[in-house]
Amino acid sequence: MSLAVAPPRTPDFAAGPSAVASQVAELQARIRGMQTTRIDSHGLPTSPGVAELLPGGVLRAGVVYSVLESTTLALAMLAGPSAAGAWCGVVGVPSLGVEAAAAAGIDLDRLVLVPEPGDQWLQVTAALADVVTVVMTRPPASVSPAEVSRLGSRLRQRGSTLVTLGDWPQSEATLRVTDDRWMGLGDGHGYLAARRVTVAVTGRTLSGKPRRKQMWLPDSEQTVRSAGLAGVPPVRSDRHETAAAS
Amino acid sequence: MTTGPLRTLLLWCPDWPTNAAAIEYDFGLDTPLALIERGEVFACSPTARRDGVRRGLRVREAQSRCTDLIAVPYDPVLDHRAFEPVIAAVEEIVPGVQLSRPGTCVMRARGPSRYYGGERQAAQALLDTLAHVGVRNARVGIADGPFAAEQAAKLRSDQGTDAIRIVPVGSSPEFLAPFGVDLLQRPELAVLLVRLGIHTLGDFAALDILQVRDRFGPDGVLAHRLASGYDPSDVDARVPPADHSSVVEFETPLDRVDQVAFAFRTAADEFVARLQASSLVATAIRIEVRTESGDSRARTWLHPRWFTAGDVLDRVRWQLQGAGLAESGLSSAISALRVEPESVDPAGNHEAGLYGGATDERIHSGLSRVQGMVGHAGVLTARIGGGRNPSDRRVLVPWGDLPPGGEAAVEASQSLPWPGKLPGPPPATVFPERQRVAVNAAHGGNLLVDDRGELSDVPVEFQAPGKAPVPVSAWAGPWPVVERWWDAGGTRLHRFQIVDDSGAAWLLVLDDSGWWAEARYD
Repeated sequence: MSLAVAPPRTPDFAAGPSAVASQVAELQARIRGMQTTRIDSHGLPTSPGVAELLPGGVLRAGVVYSVLESTTLALAMLAGPSAAGAWCGVVGVPSLGVEAAAAAGIDLDRLVLVPEPGDQWLQVTAALADVVTVVMTRPPASVSPAEVSRLGSRLRQRGSTLVTLGDWPQSEATLRVTDDRWMGLGDGHGYLAARRVTVAVTGRTLSGKPRRKQMWLPDSEQTVRSAGLAGVPPVRSDRHETAAAS
Repeated sequence: MTTGPLRTLLLWCPDWPTNAAAIEYDFGLDTPLALIERGEVFACSPTARRDGVRRGLRVREAQSRCTDLIAVPYDPVLDHRAFEPVIAAVEEIVPGVQLSRPGTCVMRARGPSRYYGGERQAAQALLDTLAHVGVRNARVGIADGPFAAEQAAKLRSDQGTDAIRIVPVGSSPEFLAPFGVDLLQRPELAVLLVRLGIHTLGDFAALDILQVRDRFGPDGVLAHRLASGYDPSDVDARVPPADHSSVVEFETPLDRVDQVAFAFRTAADEFVARLQASSLVATAIRIEVRTESGDSRARTWLHPRWFTAGDVLDRVRWQLQGAGLAESGLSSAISALRVEPESVDPAGNHEAGLYGGATDERIHSGLSRVQGMVGHAGVLTARIGGGRNPSDRRVLVPWGDLPPGGEAAVEASQSLPWPGKLPGPPPATVFPERQRVAVNAAHGGNLLVDDRGELSDVPVEFQAPGKAPVPVSAWAGPWPVVERWWDAGGTRLHRFQIVDDSGAAWLLVLDDSGWWAEARYD
């Protein structure tokens, strides 16, 4: 058995304690990534814009992703599997915009909604996760740790993915939309045409610092795609935008 | 060897469609009733006809002629369903009945007339039977061949109408001769014959059959034979369909859903087993619930695949829960429950594959389980409908049901142009109930839209439900929406899109009652 091992790097002590800490965190993340022993962690088909955000570049089956502050991003995560023929379910989101779901690329023929699960949220979500590939849900305010781990093991067993609108304790990655910037709407004229956001991704397999990506959510052609300025700090890109606008 | 036309007995219930509707909707038989198809009167009751309502009138015109007219949409299925008990009663006393259309049935006259000792006695026995099942205005015509028998039954004489009219053997040609050619039910031929100066069936029958054949072809020959009283058609007796419906009467009326469901469990099993015995599966069933107070409620349930006993029981429970006031109590105790298959399919079409079911079957059984938890209407499928507002464009249909008006209606409505619909990306959050928000103007006071569609001031501050006010960073509007202004339920409002300081984008509505948030672009 041969493993391609990167040559050991000596921490650069001259760079100061913060650099050391970040390097340690990065190494720990690599160890965690290599220690994944799950056999069912195959990836689901994902649209390219979303894939860039996710740790490992793929939407994994059997895990939970949480999306904060954006229904559109959560719908975009469902779009890839749906376009590839998978069934999707939405639990506990009575305000879901069906048209937005279709615009994101979800096939409505294979979308099932349970808007009001009431106090049976866990049972409904688990039952739906048995049969559909991706479930999007808004978890109730209080979910006990026992319920979290029960649902988690059910998902792993069935190989279905849960996308929660809101925090989830054992999520594979948390995607938070920050820095909303809408294009097309002026001071009394125009209309909402496109949106550029920064998505901050934190995850179990990533280092502690959130990874930031610029995205169109959606762009003026109503597609979700990366804004192509990966790695550039949001402040600088902001200044760039303002300069272009003025 | 040639035989003459068959001696035929025809039973006719006049105004059957309105009769059926009166029975179904529980109107009196003397109610002025009109059945409407495509905005025109399709059939009307005798009372309505006396006031001048005719077939083919527009609804408004009919209502102006008869002000207390009750207009009901015409449903051909209802005709058949209501006629089924009638034809079953006829089959009890006379075998070999052909159903020509709802309200009319034909049978051979020879057997019954021998059995009852004469044609008149046989006809009287039939009318008595019909009166027994509630049809009192039926008429019987007996003649040589179904065509002549029908004319005999429908004939109105000067002395009023006889319930029984018998044309003696062999005199059908003379009987038919004075009738007009339009009775042949061939409008093109009738018009042509009238232009040729041939007004009655007798005139037409007098023509040479070979010449008729040369000029009008085989169909003309058939018409000629009908007119001359040699109706070649035979009575094609129907095979009485097996009754697959299942009825349970509760000796002591039950007033709890779980009791009813439990009591119906065995009947549901038998219902499915009986269908299976004839290699059928039900894809739609009709559940009729009769309450102690005497009224009955019926509803049709569709199934994406086919009904198992458990599915039937679920539908019974859902229907009762929908009708009840409390969660398990009912508004009135249930005295009888009837389930009948509305559409059946050969079981072979629904056989599972050799290597287990397809994915969709798995989906279906999983979703049925969820339906068992949250109710039939709790599991929805979505379609995009037509409309100007995001909430109008969202059509939610319970799993397994058809959208109101069918899929075609939703698609047709979606493909209409809908001027005034919003451009740009659709909002991802569409509030089921619009939410009260506050928008403040730059110079204080209320923001209003004047008659010319101009906004009185600039919106500077926005307050989302349950949040603190934040400055508005961009906005556009007002975009007026005036829908159904001629109607009391019409809408008249102005829409705005705003982006607040936190970057959240909203679709707002301003109407007489103030500012509302309809949707959020999040």
